[in-house]
Amino acid sequence: MDVTLDFERPIVELWRRIEQLRELEQSDGVSLSSSIEQLALRANELQQRIFSRLTPWQRTQLARHPGRPYVLDYVAGLMTEFTELHGDRGGFDDRAIVGGVARLRLPGTSVDGLPVVVIGHQKGRNTKENLYRNFGMARPDGYRKALRLMRLADAQGLPILTFIDTPGAYPGVDAEERGQAEAIARNILEMSRLRVPVIAVVCGEGGSGGALALGVGNRVLMLENSVYSVISPEGCAAILWRDRAEGPRAAAALRITAADCLELGVIDGIIPEPAGGAHRAVAETVASVGRALAEHLGSLSGLDGAALRAQRYDRFRSLGPVDALK
Amino acid sequence: MAGKRWFERPDAMAVPSRESAADPATPEFYTRCPSCTELLYDEALREAIKVCGRCGHHFPLEPELRLLSLCDVGTLVEHDGHLVARDLLGFFDSKPYKARLASSQKAIGRSDAFYSASGAVWGVPVEVGCFDFRFMGGSMGAVVGESITRLYERATERKVPAIVVSASGGARMQEGVLSLMQMARTCAALGRLRDEAGMPYVSVLTHPTTGGVAASFAMLGDIILAEPRSLIGFAGPRVIKETIGQALPEGFQTSEYLLDHGMIDAIVERSALRSTIGRLLRQLLGLPALPDEGRTTGTPAPVREAGSA
Repeated sequence: MDVTLDFERPIVELWRRIEQLRELEQSDGVSLSSSIEQLALRANELQQRIFSRLTPWQRTQLARHPGRPYVLDYVAGLMTEFTELHGDRGGFDDRAIVGGVARLRLPGTSVDGLPVVVIGHQKGRNTKENLYRNFGMARPDGYRKALRLMRLADAQGLPILTFIDTPGAYPGVDAEERGQAEAIARNILEMSRLRVPVIAVVCGEGGSGGALALGVGNRVLMLENSVYSVISPEGCAAILWRDRAEGPRAAAALRITAADCLELGVIDGIIPEPAGGAHRAVAETVASVGRALAEHLGSLSGLDGAALRAQRYDRFRSLGPVDALK
Repeated sequence: MAGKRWFERPDAMAVPSRESAADPATPEFYTRCPSCTELLYDEALREAIKVCGRCGHHFPLEPELRLLSLCDVGTLVEHDGHLVARDLLGFFDSKPYKARLASSQKAIGRSDAFYSASGAVWGVPVEVGCFDFRFMGGSMGAVVGESITRLYERATERKVPAIVVSASGGARMQEGVLSLMQMARTCAALGRLRDEAGMPYVSVLTHPTTGGVAASFAMLGDIILAEPRSLIGFAGPRVIKETIGQALPEGFQTSEYLLDHGMIDAIVERSALRSTIGRLLRQLLGLPALPDEGRTTGTPAPVREAGSA
């Protein structure tokens, strides 16, 4: 995707110069390999320096980058035999959430060939796609479709993989009318009762209740440059400082990065992204997620339905320590 | 399970009585109804559990009065009032979260925004709790989440119904993503109440119930009752208006609107909540009807109408 973030510019600039030198090399037949090598070294160093100290706001921008893999990219890269299953059986099919049954293809792991139910938010990569996908903001119908598929997985004993990437549940009149709050709440409760392994991966924006409605897993993982928050930084800034432009400040205050969430116990692991971020190397990112899924699915394979449910309960029960007055 | 009986607490009813102290046209000890502008004598307003005698406007109700109005006299035993929040994020906006907590605690005399108790309604033992909207907008952080989770767990253990009265703007931003997790924590405990105790849960929605509270246990009642004209919804009206860029429908996100759209069971005036819940719980649990419709409740003293304690 041709979207360059502000802090990526110096790196991208170096790459462009390398590209120019390469073209020159081709057309003029002169050897510029030592200059190219030097520039490449500099570009890599610069990239490493910038990416080793990303601010929470910069990570938020990365998490929203339209070049990041979405659920259908993970399906394409990690699974075969995908059948998309549509509809909430109540009159709607929400295209901001896709789901279906597929077979994991993770050669050399214990879960290769395993049938799974996969569900996730799907964003678009351009305006047209985004209008179709409603920017990954689901209405109640999307959450009800997801619940229907989770119940199917539960009944048949299939593991559930969810891919979370949403600015939030859709705040619209029709969404409220059809019970957005109830749909999210129902999913959260029902997910806590599932008797199959559930792995939730926050792969982009973990936007509040709309994210948690797919997020009650035995394992909750985050990609390195994804974020998970109770409110968008801009929304928080609008409330606290009456200014959406204070988003960067709110992003820092809210502790929304993967490292923060790991420290707070909200997630169980961070999935590393390739140098320069997921959007620079989609296939590598997808493979990285595949390795994490194999590892965590494997670690849950010894647990029966009751144990899986109990483990999930205890996991969420412990989140949010409080003090007691004497 | 040991807690203080409310009536033994000298400060139990020591809540600020002035509703509109800043209004110079409102005399001392009186409150003006924001709906019909009637001047209401504070003591009488409390006797009427904060409902305007002229137009039926429901004022915000303090948790002490709320639970007294719902439960049989002498049955309430408070729980978890000793829980206090940690500032795990080191959150700071115009002032530190710790300072915000401290000023709310001082002003209201409670450690956080939720009040829970064991009690009985029409002789049916229940675990009951309610929000205090005055405490940081009734927002749900870890203390509120933990208190509600414990409420459901106590109900599961004792095999009694649960009642939660909501009034909240949603999750507490100052506790970040951990406040979001309280939605899962509470809902999971509610799931156990159903799976392990098979006991009903009554959710009462009052003005306002939005955000992460609406999108978790508040909308999951086996029975969902709402006070009239309460704002109830997931996203706030301002956010929706900004998103869609047009005016919202008449009465959008009110109790009446939710009833029309099949989202709640009934709208019940505050003065009828106790009898409605009592009657329903006795029916759902297969208990005999009370001969005098719950005016006495197994306690020797006759119970006066709500709010008279």
